[in-house]
Amino acid sequence: MDEKVYGWWLPPDVSTHGAKIDHLISVVHWFMLLLFVGWGCFFIYCLLKYRQRPGHKAIYAPIAAVATKYIEGAVVVVEVFLLFGLSTPVWLAYKNSPPDDSAALHIKIVAEQFAWNFHYPGKDKKFGRTDASLISGDNPLGVDPEDKDGKDDIITVNQLHFPVHTPVVVEVSSKDVIHSFNIPVLRVKQDTIPGQRIPVWFEATQTGHFELACAQLCGLGHYRMRADVLIDSPEDYAKWEADNLPPAAEAPAAAAPETPPAGNTPGPSDRPQEPEKAPKGEKK
Amino acid sequence: MSDTVIPYMVKPHPVTGIPNGKFAIWLFLASEVMLFGALFSSYVLIRTGAPHWPPEGGLSSEILDVPKATFNTAVLITSSITMVLAWASCKMKNLPKFKMWMAITIALSFVFLVVKYFEYAHKFELGHTPAHDNFYAIYFTMTGLHGVHIIGGIIVNFYLLTFGSKLWKTDPEHFTNRVENAGLYWHFVDLVWIFLFPSLYLL
Amino acid sequence: MSVDTHAHTNGNGHAHDHGDRGHGGHELPFWKKYIFSVDHKVIGIQYTVTALVFLLFGFCLMMLMRWQLAYPGQPAPALIAKLIGENAMPGGVMAPEFYNQLGAMHGTIMVFLGVVPLAVGGFGNFVMPLQIGAPDMAFPRLNLASYWIFLPGCILMMCGFFVQGGAAQSGWTSYPPLSDIATTGQTVWLLAMVLIITSSLLGSINFIVTIVQMRAKGLTFWRLPFFVHAQLVTSFLLLLAFPPLEAASVLQLMDRVAGTSFFLPSGLVISGEQLKVAGGGSPLLWQHLFWFLAHPEVYVLILPALGIVTEVMANNTRKPIWGYRLLVYSVIFLGFMSFVVWAHHMFMTGMGTTMSTFFQTTTMIISIPSVVIVTCLIMSLYGGNIRFTTPMLFATAFLPMFAIGGLTGLPLGLTASDIYLHDTFYVIGHFHYVVAPGTLFALFAGVYYWYPKATGRQMNPTLGKLHFWCSFVAINFVFMPMFFQGMAGLSRRLYDPTVYMHGRGVQPLNVVISMGAWALGASQIFFIINFFMSLKTGEKVLENPWNATTLEWAAPSPPGHGNFLTEPVVYREPYEYSVPGHATDYSPQFVAEGN
Repeated sequence: MDEKVYGWWLPPDVSTHGAKIDHLISVVHWFMLLLFVGWGCFFIYCLLKYRQRPGHKAIYAPIAAVATKYIEGAVVVVEVFLLFGLSTPVWLAYKNSPPDDSAALHIKIVAEQFAWNFHYPGKDKKFGRTDASLISGDNPLGVDPEDKDGKDDIITVNQLHFPVHTPVVVEVSSKDVIHSFNIPVLRVKQDTIPGQRIPVWFEATQTGHFELACAQLCGLGHYRMRADVLIDSPEDYAKWEADNLPPAAEAPAAAAPETPPAGNTPGPSDRPQEPEKAPKGEKK
Repeated sequence: MSDTVIPYMVKPHPVTGIPNGKFAIWLFLASEVMLFGALFSSYVLIRTGAPHWPPEGGLSSEILDVPKATFNTAVLITSSITMVLAWASCKMKNLPKFKMWMAITIALSFVFLVVKYFEYAHKFELGHTPAHDNFYAIYFTMTGLHGVHIIGGIIVNFYLLTFGSKLWKTDPEHFTNRVENAGLYWHFVDLVWIFLFPSLYLL
Repeated sequence: MSVDTHAHTNGNGHAHDHGDRGHGGHELPFWKKYIFSVDHKVIGIQYTVTALVFLLFGFCLMMLMRWQLAYPGQPAPALIAKLIGENAMPGGVMAPEFYNQLGAMHGTIMVFLGVVPLAVGGFGNFVMPLQIGAPDMAFPRLNLASYWIFLPGCILMMCGFFVQGGAAQSGWTSYPPLSDIATTGQTVWLLAMVLIITSSLLGSINFIVTIVQMRAKGLTFWRLPFFVHAQLVTSFLLLLAFPPLEAASVLQLMDRVAGTSFFLPSGLVISGEQLKVAGGGSPLLWQHLFWFLAHPEVYVLILPALGIVTEVMANNTRKPIWGYRLLVYSVIFLGFMSFVVWAHHMFMTGMGTTMSTFFQTTTMIISIPSVVIVTCLIMSLYGGNIRFTTPMLFATAFLPMFAIGGLTGLPLGLTASDIYLHDTFYVIGHFHYVVAPGTLFALFAGVYYWYPKATGRQMNPTLGKLHFWCSFVAINFVFMPMFFQGMAGLSRRLYDPTVYMHGRGVQPLNVVISMGAWALGASQIFFIINFFMSLKTGEKVLENPWNATTLEWAAPSPPGHGNFLTEPVVYREPYEYSVPGHATDYSPQFVAEGN
């Protein structure tokens, strides 16, 4: 995706549910603008008309301003509409209707300081058992090497691949502190709380290369906790999955393109890496 | 230091019916309710989130020393009564009696702290520090904070018993009000314990 | 009304029961006057000066951060880099952890050491007892204690910068587990917070008792100036909302010092190492306790500001406030509601639909009284005879700024749009519009408005107007572009926003914002010069330079110890301006009929 699409307003929306959020944002902003301009005009009119000048006197008696009651009433009505007409239905639909399990792609996402781990179930659609006590340098998620479900699991770091037009259910959690799973173009955001696994789902409508940004302060490397989001065509995704399946032998070797930064090493070396311009699997 | 006369320091305000000090102590207690309320809510939240309570297994009544705590409950309730008696002695213009009851109140508070000390010491001997698990974390934090309140009460009561009682000579009514306010605080501290005891030791 | 011109004379020899008041004439030595004074006015000035210093300091931290945001990775000007030191700015380039310290401390200082002490400790202490006709606060020594607990808290907070690892760097919200595993600075932050909270509690008790018990004769609740109502509600918020944060701070201290795990769940792995704690805690518990305070805290910031704006507007429109009772009902309602909206800061923590619906509904409800308040204040302009004095300029500008801040709260309070806007720069723009050009402008209005009462001299109006116009223009260049950055999806608290494609899109705005921030900083020079110069050269004033109606203008300027020369009696409502048939356009509360 060309950088030029990112302007000073909402970035493109490539999700199925995002249009409703964008619609709400735009309706709310028109409403705010209307109120503000309305108030502003009256405000400036008052400032000019009732400025102090020779011979001018203030009016003591309170003005019976019936209009203000109607305006306040209208504000209430509009807010009720925004609340129950636009906001709540979107939230309910989004939160309460996870897609059908069989059709959806499931991915477990584990955030850590300062990287994103993506755990795919592989061909058998079953995740290998994970255990925090098994976590080590070459097993970042602590997948149990004994578990046969885990043999074909794919684990990537900072590379999130998924196919377009397919519901994706991600289960976000964190190893250490609170992060926030945030893909602006998908209109998705969810804090990752250590000790909790929170499901989120989305469905992309376009292929392309986008970004995942951490949205919750998580330490000195918060700013560079980004991941590439690669929305593939189904064929490309299948190819990517096949290419990355571990040799169905021993330990689930992680197909990590880069290792997560290990710990707190501040200083100039902490400068961000230029994001890869053309990661594999990208399709325009 | 102030040479400004503040109204209703001693006499009740005609509308609210209480003097400033008593009003202030009620407000202070309201904020204390919020403080302990927040701690109790945290306790509930952590406890309901735990798969088993206490996390190491067993029952809280077996882990904690119920007989000592029961004894302490009795001590605190008695001290509340002696506190009321101290205030009543002031009302009856009997300073020596006030001193006696106040001294007993303070002595009882010390008894409470000493018993508490033995309870804590035993826990530490077993290696059950606050870091052991969240059961002990909550136990030590809440009883510790309550203990700090007891110490605060002892300081106030000790002041009233000694240096503060000079006020008796110049303004006995003002002094009586102070004793009453200290008493209100003391009853609150007592009440907190009455909530703490069953919810930590028994439930 | 006959005016006794000299501020320090006290010669009318009233021999009533408050006979020993009014020793304004004798000068106390400095240490006695400014260190151990129990006089609410001195304490108010102490709070005001302390808070203004911290506001400036907190703003300097931000101006420093703005360099990194505008020119990420480029070395700062040599002088600044040298001043900060190699440790925090190696080679002149800000280190990310130093950036996080600046962010956390900017928020903490501005809220807890700047705005609240100025709005409540400063104006509340100085103005409120005068406005209710009281000789002092109900508990002068408690007041003294409150300041002398506050100041060590502030100093302790500053000490954070000098401990190993630097100051707190987990944001002013200090979310665990990040804050639990942070460097020593966080412990210092917590201890300082405990002191500051304790100080606030003592202060709020004092305020409530004073307002309820010590009003002058005739000063019924419906005759109280709106500022006093605002302070009363604010004090209740402080009294009831701060203890949960104190509890939370104690719990976090335990986590950090005693090794408990109130906020640490089981199985944490930090940098590849298993964290050796018992676990079983809840990170969200902190957020609930924190926001239970911090949402009412928002109203603690804004209500005194509304009070000041109302005072200044009534005085300068020369007419009664439109809907005075409506305003009072609105702030009381705001106060109640502010306790049941806290979780709207936590929509993204994965809460269920019932809870999120409840909290977004209460959030929409709480917006109604805000709309009513803005309407009342704008309607108060209608039919007025508006004098554009310096305080009035700030108070006038408050209205559209507060309106922008309030309105942009709507899309954040609605869960669906919050999914996108949560934790973006849109949030930063929103609450800064409420607090910076909103509350801070109101506080500036208050400084200009009550400065003559505190010092006996007016501030220079030309410098004042320069200060206003420069600040007004600059501050909008600071905060308006943030809405566009937020819309573009830029997360907050990013050391280097150009890491992201959508960040690079709005990076030019960061340069604009930084320029605006530095211009805003430069504009404050007018204020600083004015503030000190007017002490010596400002035009001398009598009791009532603004021709105002409320009680503080009955006392001499500056008021002596004990405040009033004669015991004030209140005869009418607070804002009786331009009463028909009256010779002057103001009828003070403290003047009996016929004068």
